[in-house]
This record gives sequence, C-alpha cells and structure tokens, in this order.
Amino acid sequence: MTNSVNCNKCNSDGSPLLDVMSTDGLKQIAVLGMPNTGKSTFFNRLTGANASIGNWPGITVDLLAAKIKLGQQQTQVVDLPGIYDLRGFSEDEEVVRRFLESNPVHLVIIILNSTQLDRQISLALQIKHLGLPALLLLNMADEAPKFGVHIDAKQISQRLQMPVFQISAKYGQGFAQAKSLIAERLGLQSEPVLAGVVDRNLVSDEQFTAEMEDLISSGFEVSTKFKNTLTTKLDQVLLHPIFGLPIFFGAMYLMFQVVYTIGKPLQDGLNQGVEWFKVTALEPLLSFLPKFPHDLLIDGLYGGVGTVGAFIPVIWIFFICMAIVEDSGYLSRSAYLMDAFMERLGLDGRSFVMSLMGFGCNVPAIMGLRVMRSPALRLLSMLVIPFSLCSARLNVFIFMTTALFSASVAPAVLFSLYLFSFAAAILTAFIFKGKYPNQEPLVLELPPYRFPTVRQMLLRAWMETQHFLRFAWKFIILGVVAIWLCNNLPQNVEPASAGTISGMIGHFLQPVLAPLGINPKLSVALIFGFIAKEIVLGGLAVIYAAKQDAGLAGVIAKDIDWVQAYSFMLFTLLYVPCLSTVAVIKAESKSNKFAILAVAWSLGLAWVASFVFYQGARALGY
Amino acid sequence: MSLSELSALPMGTTASILGIRAESVLEQRLQALGFRVGREISIMRKAWLGGPLHVRIGTTEVIMRRRDARAIQVQPA
Repeated sequence: MTNSVNCNKCNSDGSPLLDVMSTDGLKQIAVLGMPNTGKSTFFNRLTGANASIGNWPGITVDLLAAKIKLGQQQTQVVDLPGIYDLRGFSEDEEVVRRFLESNPVHLVIIILNSTQLDRQISLALQIKHLGLPALLLLNMADEAPKFGVHIDAKQISQRLQMPVFQISAKYGQGFAQAKSLIAERLGLQSEPVLAGVVDRNLVSDEQFTAEMEDLISSGFEVSTKFKNTLTTKLDQVLLHPIFGLPIFFGAMYLMFQVVYTIGKPLQDGLNQGVEWFKVTALEPLLSFLPKFPHDLLIDGLYGGVGTVGAFIPVIWIFFICMAIVEDSGYLSRSAYLMDAFMERLGLDGRSFVMSLMGFGCNVPAIMGLRVMRSPALRLLSMLVIPFSLCSARLNVFIFMTTALFSASVAPAVLFSLYLFSFAAAILTAFIFKGKYPNQEPLVLELPPYRFPTVRQMLLRAWMETQHFLRFAWKFIILGVVAIWLCNNLPQNVEPASAGTISGMIGHFLQPVLAPLGINPKLSVALIFGFIAKEIVLGGLAVIYAAKQDAGLAGVIAKDIDWVQAYSFMLFTLLYVPCLSTVAVIKAESKSNKFAILAVAWSLGLAWVASFVFYQGARALGY
Repeated sequence: MSLSELSALPMGTTASILGIRAESVLEQRLQALGFRVGREISIMRKAWLGGPLHVRIGTTEVIMRRRDARAIQVQPA
C-alpha cells in the first residue's frame, strides 16, 4: 500500500523518473526478482528503508531507491518491480527493460523463491545472457525443506557464472553473509554495465529451453511429492465451494470488530488526554492572547487536529489487520473465491483484491491496477474502487456511530456502511460494464500461506500510519483552520450563525442538501471533505466547537438525530473520496473526461442514496 | 488416452501438458509460471458457477479462468 508514497517519482504518464538521485561516485545496484519472492522484504533488510511487502503479485509498481554504505562503497540500491519475464508485455516488465537498457549498473541482485526455482531460474538465465554482473539470492530457504526441495547451489552457480547464495530475508538467515558477498562483488566491479537492447540480446526459445532444462536437472530436485502441506489443508477449508465465502466475510467482519473493540477505548483515552492537555496547559499558556487568535488556536487548530489525532491508534490497528490479511496470502485467495461473481460484473478477481486494498487507502489501490493490461478493465475498476470505505472515512463513521447509537448497535451500523460500500461498487460495475467490455485473461499465482512476523506487521502498520499522517496532516491543518475561519468571520455576528461565511455556504446549499436531512453545519463539513475525508471529522469538531461538558459527541447528538446522521454518513461514504484519488484517477486514466465522469457519478449516487434513505426513513415514521 | 482441454478435466486429476496455444501475452505468462510441454499439472479444485480453476504445476499453484485454461491441451495420466 505504501507505493503511493513514491508517486512523486513518477511522471504523469506513470513511467518512473529514474534520475531522482544524483549518481556521481555511487555504485549502482538493481534488485530484481519475480513477484512473491520476498524481494521487498529483502530490500527493506538491506537498506533499512521501508517498501511495502505483500503476497499480491506485482504490488511494488513504483521504484524505491535508497543510498547505503556497503563495505567502503557508497551505493544506491534500486528496487525494480517484480516481474516474470524480461521479454514480457506488462507495464512492469517494460519498466524493468527500460531501466536496464538505460541505466548502467555495477550489480544486479536477483531474488528468486527457492521452492519455485524450477521455473524462476529463467529470470537469472536471461540476466546472464544480457551480460550483466549479477548475484543470485535464493530466498525463502526456510520454506524449501517443507516442500521437499533440494538445491545444488554450486551447480547452478557454475552454469549461470554468478555467485548463488541461499537466504531467508524474512527471518534473516544467511543475510549477513549475503551482504558481505554483495559488498565483495561490488568491489570487483569498477565500471557499471549497460544491458543493451534486451530483446536483441536474448537467445532463441529453443536454446533457452535447453539451457533451462540443463540447469534444473543439474541443480534442482523435489524429493517428495508434497501432497499435504499446511497450505493444501487450509485451502480445503478456506477455498471450500460452500464455506469459503462465508468464512471470508466472517473473517472480514471479525477484523472490523477487532479494530472497533480495541481501537475505540484507546481513542477515548487519547481524546481525554487531548482535552486534559488543553485545559491544564494550553489554555493557561495562551490566556494572554486576544480572543480571536486564542480561539483560532485552541478551538480551531488544536480542537480539530486533536480530534483527528486521537484516531491514530484505530488506524494503526486497522493496518496491522490488513498486513496480516494481505501478507498471509489470504487476500490472493479472495480473488479465487470472488472471480465468478466479479466476472459477471465485467471485473475480475484482481479488481476485488484491489477494492479490498482500497479499504486502507484508495490511492495506492488505483495505482495497483497497473497489473492489468486491458484499459477497459482498468477503467471499470477505477470507477469501482473509490467506493471502498477507506481509513479516513472509517474515522468519521466510528466517531458518528458511537455518538449517535448505543454501544450494542454501533458496530452493526458501522458494518452496514461496509455493506453499502460493496453495494455501491457492485451497482457501479453493473451499470458501466457494457461501456467497458474486456477479455483480459486471469492467471494468478497463489502463494503458500505465510504468517507475517511480528516485525513485519509492526513495520507495515507503522509505515502505513506514517503515510496516512504525512499525506493527511497538511490537509487536516489547513482544513480545520479554514473551517474555523468560515465559522467565525465576519466577526460582528454570532459564530457559526447564518451570518457567517459557513452559514452562508450552508444555507446556499440547503435546497440541494436539506432533502437529505443534512443541515447547514454538516454541509460545510461535506464541502471541505471534498478535499480529503480526514477533514470531515476535524471540521465537525471545529463547527460544533464543543465547549460544553458533553464533548463533541454529545453536542452532535443533540443537534441531529440518527436518521440525519446515517444520511450524512451515506453521503460521506459515496461521494468523491478525496482530491488525491481524483488526481490519481486522472493520471492513471490519462483522461480528464473520465475523471469528471468518476466524480459526477459518485456525487450523483451519493445524493440519490442519501435522499432515498432519508426520505424513506422519515416516511416510515423514524 | 485422448487429448482434452485442461478446463474439461475433473477435480483431483493429473495430466501432462501436450501443447499451449494462446495469444502471445498469455502464453508468455503461462511459460513464466512454469507451464511447459511435458510437465505434469494437477487440478486442485474448480470454483462453482463457472469460476476459476485452481491448478498446481511443480511447486507453483495458480488460479486461472476456464476460458484461459482452454488454451492448454493436456493428456490425462
């Protein structure tokens, strides 16, 4: 999911800008590997930098680079996208080809999965034919015995004419030796080497196949037929034709319950801390200020940012859960479980997986669609993903559900919003599938189940939370300050009354939003939420400037009833997730028209859904 | 034994690949995943309602749509 962190390294057409770091006097290392080989884990260990790890093939689309010291040499290490074949047609394969053709390197580190070496060795063979200085690391050495795999590294090394070494990047076995081996090879290579035109330098298919056979027969052996690995047994249950889907959705429900039950008390505690700090330290400290800047700082900036900040533990727990689901390999299984259904919607199992990733953040999920070749399939998926209830929206919903519903029903209300999220996605696909027909093949690898180490989970959750903050912080601060100003200007009228800027905006929009039960105050939060959903919650805190003892939740509960709140949440769920999502849709589709369609459709759907819900509930007497 | 399409094999069977006739993009992806003439392939399971096949080839497990599996000619063992 963190691949969006580096989207500033990409051109608008999605191609990587490779000259982002100066290369003077630096040795260049490129890390190359197939998807699902733990390449990112290795990269993280080697560089101490943090790329995201995932069992989903092809997730590292952007190029991560890091400068480190290896032995005595300053080195730049570039993490190339995971690819299957240097002659392949996918965008990632094109990226790698272009990289090797235009960037001379001192060393290519090839990472392959030990247990699947029989097919993956082709990538190392291709690198050999390109004449690049290389070193082969056989990763997941810890898994090889479980699959009855025996590897003769010496034989392979001789035939490939490059050093071969077995490691486990996940547990760190062999890592220190591998690192010194890399430093040693790097020392021997004084001049960098360019690949030349890749297609011209690879040998004929016949010769290649013969060399492959020779390599495999001399260096790779599977001694037992592993019929009953843990993965096979787990799959019998988790991919069961009847129980598979209920188990999957049950697991998802459980995950959201965990986030809610663990995260909520933490958030309450933090909120109290935020309030305590305000009363005991901030207010006495700032009491010398005139009323306007005093209130701007305390009620606007501190109140808004504090309310959002108290949600950090919830986000952190959410991402730990996502890391488990994704890194365990269960996410890839959901593609199998859902594909028959997705096919009828004109999508495929990968669209489903990316939609689930979108529950973390829509932006990287949309970028992840690059693994698809068919433009129509990508566009249709791009229309669907923004309906995934991302972590920013989760903040708003957890807050409002606890404010307006009893503790026993609040989790169910939250879950109903997830159902609406799915329903909106399904409806969208169903309506637009005729416009974006595709015949894209679906052939996906299912990695064995792996439980991520605690280190991996914590690292991942930390990275994602950091990403969320880095991404959202500016928006939140600007948003809450802007909302406070709108609420308190001009100064000669009652704050937040009809005479203020926000009162005027709110009333101006009443003809459109009143039929949804959305009052002028909520309207202002919605408008600013267009920039980013993170602002909505902070904005509400500012708008309702909770001075009363009841706190923000109590004040909101007094102002609106649950029907209005639910209508507001529906609208928040469905309309444009944030400006960044719109920007990434525009960049990935390369079409303004399409971006406008995505925005207009989500706004229209949000309005209709809230209208039907609100008017329906009122008609039923609620 | 007669030739058949991979997608026609029942669950639990093992067969050997006789030929792959797919458009070049798919063919290349299949090759990279280890689908080559002469290799053994087992059908682990087939999803209901026309959903994908779950197959194992060597130590690699793959899911593929039945439509795409038609490209693979096999001989049941």
